[in-house]
Amino acid sequence: MTYLRDAAALARKDLLLELRGKETVPAMVLFVVAVFVAFRFALPEEQEGAAGGLLWVAIVLTALLGLVRAFVPEREQGVLDALVLAPCDRSAIWLGKALSVLAFLLIAEAAALPVFAVFFEPVDAATVGAVLLADVGLCGVGALLAAMAVAGRAREVLLPLLFLPLAIPVVIGGVGATVTDDPARYLGFLALYDAIFAILAWATFEYVVTE
Amino acid sequence: MLLSAAALVILGAGVGLALLWAPEDADQGPTQRIFYIHVPVALTAYALLGWGAWKALRLLWTREERYDLESYTGVHIGLIFALLTLVTGSIWARASWGVWWDWRERQLVLFLILFLFYSAYFMLRYSLEPGPARGRISAVYALVGVVLIPVSFLAVRLAEQFLHPTPLIRRGGPDMAGSMLATFSVCLAGMLALAGALYANELAGKRLDARLRELREVLS
Repeated sequence: MTYLRDAAALARKDLLLELRGKETVPAMVLFVVAVFVAFRFALPEEQEGAAGGLLWVAIVLTALLGLVRAFVPEREQGVLDALVLAPCDRSAIWLGKALSVLAFLLIAEAAALPVFAVFFEPVDAATVGAVLLADVGLCGVGALLAAMAVAGRAREVLLPLLFLPLAIPVVIGGVGATVTDDPARYLGFLALYDAIFAILAWATFEYVVTE
Repeated sequence: MLLSAAALVILGAGVGLALLWAPEDADQGPTQRIFYIHVPVALTAYALLGWGAWKALRLLWTREERYDLESYTGVHIGLIFALLTLVTGSIWARASWGVWWDWRERQLVLFLILFLFYSAYFMLRYSLEPGPARGRISAVYALVGVVLIPVSFLAVRLAEQFLHPTPLIRRGGPDMAGSMLATFSVCLAGMLALAGALYANELAGKRLDARLRELREVLS
């Protein structure tokens, strides 16, 4: 129980910071809408399913935008060292960060999906379900990679290189759930992805932050 | 040295068998013979990346720092073999279908994803300060990679169903004739020996490099 309380406290800290500073979520919303507009002109002729595919690229890039900022305050203020010393399980740091980025992403998508429906095509239940499943996987594995990237010198440049190859299976699962008539197997694949990488990130995060 | 010599002999024999003894493919003609290089290279790449991940696991488990260089070398040579897989696959695609790249070839698509992922391993490693933290972070990344292999494999298969609802292209496979299987096995053994020789050589070089750096620090 204390484990979950620790993770919740850490996530709450990020949400409070965001509520006061408003640095990440507005940027994510603006970004995803701008990407939609750019996509409109990247699709000169309406091809069946193409917009549904682009939705997924937009989601992955928006998640990336949120993740790039995720550990920067911790590193700049030296909070991460303090958190590592704190008497809590270190994987709770990962869980708290994944939850707060997930919350940011969900808020951005709550704005983005209606805009997508207005601009392009209606969003069906399978797509919404796939987005929710994909968010969990992207934030789970993304929080691990963000902690790795922020330890290095390249930081912001590094995270996209680490994150995008791992996000390709999510794009495949998401696009499959959006454009095919039989989304069940793609949703199943996304759930499998979430489970595998959540366990892996949970088990290995400790080694990434320990000095 | 012994391993290098063995690799040379076995690979030479394998190439000889592939060119002279293995039967010619009825559909593809002589170009099919690149199969005896391409597939062993791909399997060796998996073996090396798996080896790198195994050493990474040992590093996290035991905290012995010597595993760091071993894991790094495994990934390093593995990435070279992954690149070779892409190159030989691309040449094969050109010879059989007249295009350098075909997205229907799922093994190539998978290797492209893995190549991108493991290239970032080096970006990550070089951006970190040398020390135990670098070893651990690199090790976690190598572990994520070995998990990504089956996940991507599954994803690439799933993607085919909405990207190309056409019949699959099959190459080689379990219905190989006995002489093909024998040739293939010799080539695979040679490629693994080559990988082992390269690994041992590179590891020795990297160890020497690290030792030299330590000595320099002591002197300065």
